[in-house]
Formats: sequence, structure tokens, C-alpha cells
Amino acid sequence: MQHIRNFCIIAHIDHGKSTLADRLLEYTNTVSKREMMAQVLDNMDLERERGITIKSHAIQMNYVFQGQQYVFNLIDTPGHVDFSYEVSRSIAACEGALLIVDASQGIQAQTISNLYLAIEHNLEIIPILNKMDLPGAMPEEVKDQIVDLIGCDRDSIIPASGKTGLGVMDILNAIVDRVPAPKGDLNAPLKALIFDSVFNSFRGIIAYYKVMDGRVRKGEKVKFMNTDNEYHADEVGALKLEMEPRAEVLAGDVGYIITGIKQAKEVKVGDTITSVVNPTPIAIQGFEDVKPMVFAGIYPVDTEDYEELRESMFKLQLNDASLVFEPESSAALGFGFRCGFLGMLHMEIIQERLEREFGMTVITTVPNVSYKAYTNKGEFVEVNNPSDLPDPSHIDYVEEPYINATIITSSDFVGPVIALCMDKRGTIKNQVYLTTNRVELTFEMPLAEVVFDFYDKLKSISRGYASFDYSPSEYKLSHLVKMDIMLNKEPVDALSSIIHRDRAFDLGKKICKKLRELIPRQQFDIAIQASIGAKIIARESLSALRKDVTAKCYGGDISRKRKLLEKQKEGKKRMRSVGSVEIPQSAFMAVLKLDD
Amino acid sequence: MAGIYIHIPFCKQACIYCNFYFEKGKKNQSLLVDALIKEIALRNNEITEPIKTLYFGGGTPSYLEFNYLENIINSVKANYDLTEISELTLEANPDDINLERLIQWKSMGINRLSIGVQSFFDSHLKWMNRAHNSEEAESSIKEALKLNFEVSIDLIFGIPNSTHEQWLSNLNKTITLGVHHISCYGLTLEPNTPWEKLIKRGQYPSSNDDLSAEQFEMADRVLQENLYEHYEISNYALKGKKAKHNSSYWAGEPYLGIGPSAHSYNLITRSWNFSDIKLYIESLSNNKRPFEEEQLSKENRINEYLMTSLRTSDGIDIEKLNELDIPVDDLKKQLTEEIKKGFVVLNDKALKLSPKGMLYADAIASKLFV
Repeated sequence: MQHIRNFCIIAHIDHGKSTLADRLLEYTNTVSKREMMAQVLDNMDLERERGITIKSHAIQMNYVFQGQQYVFNLIDTPGHVDFSYEVSRSIAACEGALLIVDASQGIQAQTISNLYLAIEHNLEIIPILNKMDLPGAMPEEVKDQIVDLIGCDRDSIIPASGKTGLGVMDILNAIVDRVPAPKGDLNAPLKALIFDSVFNSFRGIIAYYKVMDGRVRKGEKVKFMNTDNEYHADEVGALKLEMEPRAEVLAGDVGYIITGIKQAKEVKVGDTITSVVNPTPIAIQGFEDVKPMVFAGIYPVDTEDYEELRESMFKLQLNDASLVFEPESSAALGFGFRCGFLGMLHMEIIQERLEREFGMTVITTVPNVSYKAYTNKGEFVEVNNPSDLPDPSHIDYVEEPYINATIITSSDFVGPVIALCMDKRGTIKNQVYLTTNRVELTFEMPLAEVVFDFYDKLKSISRGYASFDYSPSEYKLSHLVKMDIMLNKEPVDALSSIIHRDRAFDLGKKICKKLRELIPRQQFDIAIQASIGAKIIARESLSALRKDVTAKCYGGDISRKRKLLEKQKEGKKRMRSVGSVEIPQSAFMAVLKLDD
Repeated sequence: MAGIYIHIPFCKQACIYCNFYFEKGKKNQSLLVDALIKEIALRNNEITEPIKTLYFGGGTPSYLEFNYLENIINSVKANYDLTEISELTLEANPDDINLERLIQWKSMGINRLSIGVQSFFDSHLKWMNRAHNSEEAESSIKEALKLNFEVSIDLIFGIPNSTHEQWLSNLNKTITLGVHHISCYGLTLEPNTPWEKLIKRGQYPSSNDDLSAEQFEMADRVLQENLYEHYEISNYALKGKKAKHNSSYWAGEPYLGIGPSAHSYNLITRSWNFSDIKLYIESLSNNKRPFEEEQLSKENRINEYLMTSLRTSDGIDIEKLNELDIPVDDLKKQLTEEIKKGFVVLNDKALKLSPKGMLYADAIASKLFV
């Protein structure tokens, strides 16, 4: 156990985490140059393209230092706030963390929150100044930030470059030197922390864990304590580039287990594996059932594809247990699903994976958060869909979820950032200068406001430099109303939303205006209205299309004209109709793209 | 019945709305005519039946030097059977028309002129960057009629900032002059035209559908009152003066298209020459026709029939539908709304568009597509 080192990497998107991790694999001969596809760890296409880690990964390396053989387990963590629970479990499995900071950009909000999490878990932090090869590197300034932040010795910061290989040996040696060996009792009953799981179409769900105490043996009966399910350990082993079966995985080490589980939901991140014969009395602390934060409807573009969508969603859930869904139907969109996501990125990822991996193009409705409504009779109603909100006359009060948001920005943009957050119903809690020109701002604001175009706006007012992170705080009383949209007096259920009363007029006006742009003119006039209950709060009208005819068939160019009309027909097929009004898909996401 | 179309891709100047294939000036005329003559000879095996119509389109065919035109016609005569030809049309611009040219064209057998008048208002002509003025428009028509040409003119409606009075005046002038055939086109914004650029630069207004729709209905009413039959969405003719060549496109008859960007149809495939004068000349100097083609599936054929016949006053022939295995009841069901609104009229023989329905011809046709 003294020769095992378990560590993770904390870094902001684009600070070079994956490239540097690949260097570690290369220098420890875990992966030969030949096998090295750029960025081995991010192995989903989507991860590579976006340059982010969505799922956790783990990989074992061997490293010889001063004649001693060491085993390194690198646990790679997701880099986005949507997946912060997974991050916390990965951190709980480690004794050390590499803090990678881009020497040209400095510390970002996301880095800080994960760093605090690591410090809370008593991880040894190894600060690394990456991208030293860049001409814009400002090592001294960024070193100041790091020293300020973690109070480390200036000389302990390792200058590095994933690109040139600078500092890689120093990092490897520092892992041996500075990261403590795991502690654990090999003779105690088995206690292993699940920090991730993956789906394999041949072998089912494969769980990744760190053994805290005891050992996981092949052939033994094991129990997952929180789900209370028992399994047979068909195979256990180490996570090299490929899985490497072993007879047992001992305390302090990281490994995998295959038990023939078919459904990702049975394997919960944070759960404890123990032995059926000799169980541990107490599970590892910190287990949480992850709750979705954002809800939206997902519908097939072509109503006939509902069954196919259902199957695709089930398959996706096999390897993404955090996706939850149930069938729902909409007058405008037909049959589909109400889905719960960890956050907006998670929602985008699900949408993209449906498209890439299953060839399903879908219509996603405007997302909303989960509200708590209390009726006059004292009943509690969880509202995950605007249509769940009881009639206003029956509502006593409604609560909405708030978050603590942390934003780090250059001091030049403090004014606009504060203005944006105030506009989003935020209240400023704290303002700290990290350096002379970098400010950390803390706000309390409604989660619902972040779901709408907040992040894009933040990026644009700070010229892309502000970084943002949040954690849920509490539910608070709020004056919320349900706003409906009607086309020629027919309500479009998929366009209903729950919004703050003070913003209803403004938002209603903007939505009507946007819909007027997005809905094509039709053979009759269309009235677009926003209403709260029976009260119309905004109105636009779209005049009838007066003609839809090509002037002439060009010198016998009948093919071109036929193809144009074929396209027109295809386009219509993808529209939805409410009453006799045809609505393009883009309209259902309209609320997310309201310009000021 | 078979026809030949010959594309003359040269113009004096560019009209702002035009996206046909052409180049400015005459410098490549000689080389191109050589290539046209080669293509005419090269493809003489594609049509063996007698040619009924020959049509020079453009570009501006009247801008072509007289001897070139003569060479082309002679080459057609040498390679195809013209014994049954009844219509020989030349597209001509008013500024190219004078007595001498008219006599020359007549001598070559040209019996029909399609004159690009567009409007009798100088402000409109200037706005569209046409090369002629209103006086030339009027005199060219008079001269052509005097020499017994069958005369068709093009008129454009829906010109932004034009008034209904102006449009009515254009129609009345046409009627008074005794023009035999009128093609009325709603001004349409096409991609990659000077107009599009001018709009982007904020220097020109965009198209105006409401204005177009109203002026379309005016033309339908005024011209029919004056005995012009509205026989195709964009075309009106006095009795016996329908355009034979263009009608053959809509009737699904075969035609041969010669010249860059010209389209051909032989009942099985549609093909089109590349829209590039240089490439065209080069390719034909090696006796190769530079073209692409598309084999028509049964669905393509049905859709083309529905689309083109719906544009004509004859409409979709019920008998033909039976031949194509399309149940009339299906169409009826799909068009319930349109029939109710009076856009579509259905009787035992045909399914037709009313004048109001013509304004939605594209939407209705695409709805019927299989």
C-alpha cells in the first residue's frame, strides 16, 4: 500500500488537463507512442470535440522512482458544474490532486470550487503551471494567484508544458514524494467506494471503485449497500489502458468489478461495495441520490419515431444513470418524454448523443427547474413541468430553487457582471479581489435564471473571460406565475413557462415578438398572444402570406423547381400544428434565444 | 411534338433581378457560336421526330450579331427535320429592335418575338437597370406588329414602390397596342443577383409580396376582361396565340437545350449543360457536351406532372391521374381546406386552381407531391 498513489486532476476547461495527462501515460510507458491517440482519456467523441471530460475515467500507471516500483491511479474527473457530485466522489477516492493552471489565463471559478472540495477532503495539492511554452504565459502573476489561494510554497509550483513535455518528470516525482500513500486496513471487512460506472454492451455495467478497507475478490458475493443489491463478482481487476483481470484488488488500490448488472441505475456513484459474508457495519459517508436540476420535454421530430426514441432513451440511460425520464404528451408535440438533467450542459449532451449515437433528431422544449407549490389546503406539489402548477386560485405559495453563484472576472468587467446578475434577480453576497485585477464575486440567485441564456450573456459581457460556477443553496418563496402562449386563441402547451411575475410583461412581449419572426406566414392571419390565466399580457400579429408561387419555370429547368417544392414539402413535414397554425421546431426553443 | 431551345448567354448590361446565366459584352460571341453549332450537330441523333418549335432564349438573343444567328439557324436546319416547324421565337430587347433587324430576322424564318419590355415607365426601367427606355419599348412593339411578327411581351409586377395605377397603365398600354401574348412575372428576389447585394447594402428595398399579390389579381382581371386567356400562372394569350414552345414544357414533351446552362428532357432523363461559357467552349472543341443529368423516378415524374399541370388553365387531368395510379379521392382529402376556401376547383375532368389559388400554387403543388 505504501507504493500506491491515488490522485486526480483539477483544471479548468482548456487549461490542458488532457494533454498533460496523456504525457504522464506516455512517460510511464502506460501507452506507447504508437497507441497514443490524441488525448486517450476523453474517449467519447463528444468529449474530444468539446475538449471537456463528461464521464470520470481511471487509469493505472507503473512508475519506478529511486529503484522502487510505484502504482499510480489517475482518476480523471468531469470538468463541469453539472457533474459536481461525480467530482466529489472521485476526489473522495484520492489522496492527492494535481492543480493545473494555465500560465496564460490564471485561476478560474470552476478550478476554485473543485480545489476547495479537494482541500476539504485533505488531498495533497500539487500546483502546476501549465502551457509555459505559450508566448502569453505570465508565470509570476499566476504563481502569485496560486500562493494566495492555497498558501503553498512558491517553489513547490511546477512549471510545465503538456505540449513540450517540460516538467513532466518533476510531476511524476512529486506524486511519489508529496502525495501520501492511501491508508486502509487490509484485514478489515471490505469497503470500496464506487466513483463511476461505464456500460459495456457485452459485459453490462462495469463499476469503478477505490478499496478503502479489505479486498475485493473474484468469485466472491458482494453487496452494494445503498441499493441493497447482492451480486457475484464475475471479474475484478486493474484499470490499465485495457481492463486487466486480477484475482483480487487490495485496500488502497483502484479497480473495476463486473457482476452482470444490466442497468446503470443499479450502480450509484458514491455507493459502498462490501462483502456479503463479512460485511462492514457502516457505509462510506457522503452518498447522495443525484437529483435532476433541469427539466425539459424531448419529442421526436417525426411523430412516428416515438417508439424509436423510447428505445434510444433507455439505451442512453444504460450508461448515464443521471438521465431520468417519463412519458408525457403534448397537444402541440404529440408523444414524448419529460426528462430530468443535471444541468444545461447535461441536457445538451443528451440531445447530442441522441443525435449522434442513435440518429434521433429531437425537439427539446424550453427547460425549467423544479418548483415547490403549496396549495391552500396545505398540500405540496412538485412542479417539474409548467402544466403541473395548480390553478392560481388554489395556490397558497410557490418556492423556487436558489443557487450560490461564484464568478471570477477581470476587474474591468465587475460593473457589467453585477448588473447582469441583478437583472437575473441575483443579490450580491461577497466581492473579493484575488489579485489587483481579478475579482471573485458571489451571488445568490434563482437557478431558473441561469437556465435561460445566462452563461452566454456572461461570456459576452466579459469578452469570454468570466468563469462561472454554482452550487444549490435553498428553496425560497417567490412570486411565480404560469405564462401561456396562444396562437389564434389555441394554447400551445409546449410553450408554457413558469416565470417571475415582475418579468412576465417583458418576457411575454419578447416571446411573442420572437415567435412572430420564427413562425412562417401562412394563408391566414395569425394572432400570437401571451397570457397569464385569462389575462392577455402581450400580443403580436402575423399577417397572411399573400402568395407562394414561383414566377416562372426557367427555360425548362423543371428539376430545380421540383426540388424546391420537394424541399418545401419536407420542411412542412417537420413542422407541428396547433389548430391550423404550423409551427417550426425552432419556435419551441424560442424562449432561450430572446435578444434584448 | 419536340422543340429546341438555344441559349445565348450575352447581355449589354445586367438587370438587377436576373439570375440567368450570361456574361456582359460580345467578346466571346464568335467562339461560343462555333461551340453551339458543334453541339447542334453532335446531338442530332437525340431527336429524330420533326421539330415543331425553335426558341432562342438568353441572355439576350437579339444582342447576337446577325450572321451568327443565321449560322446557328442554318446548322439546325442541316441537322434536324424542320419541315413541320410552326413557331420560331427570338427573345429580343427593345433597344436591339429596329426595322433593319426585324427584316433580317424575318428573312431567317423567325416568326415570333418575345420582347423584354418589363414596364412602360422610365423610372421602373432605370430602377431595374434595363438597357432601354419607355419610348423604345413602345416603338419596338409597334414595328414588330407592323411586320407581322407574333408579339409577346414580358411585364414585371410587384416592383417595390410602384403603384397600382402604374401597373394598370402598363396593362392598358399592352392591350391598346394589340400585343398577342403577355408573360407577367412577379418580381422575385433570387440569390446572387445585383438586387440581393443592393438590399444587403441597404440601398434598395426588398420584394413586396402583398403588392405582388394584389397586382397579380389585377392582371388576371383586367387581361381576361380584354379577351386574354390566363392559360398559365404567368402567361396570357389572345385566342390562338398561346406560346407553343413554352407550352410543351408544361405538357411534358421532349425538348433539346443547346448552349451553356440549357436544359433538355427526353421523357426519361432531364439534363443540363454546365453554366460556364469557357468550359462549354473548351469541352465542345473536343466534341464533348459538358452536362449533368438526372434519371427521373416514377415519383419524380408524377410530381413534375402535378406541379406543371397545376400551373395551367387545363389543370390536373383526372384521366391522367388514373393512368398514374393516383386516387383522386386522396388528392381531394389533402386539399379539403383549399377546396373549401375556393383555391381549388374540382370537376369530373380536372382539378384546377382558381385565380386566388394560383397565388398559392407552390404550396398546393408541394402538398400533393408523392
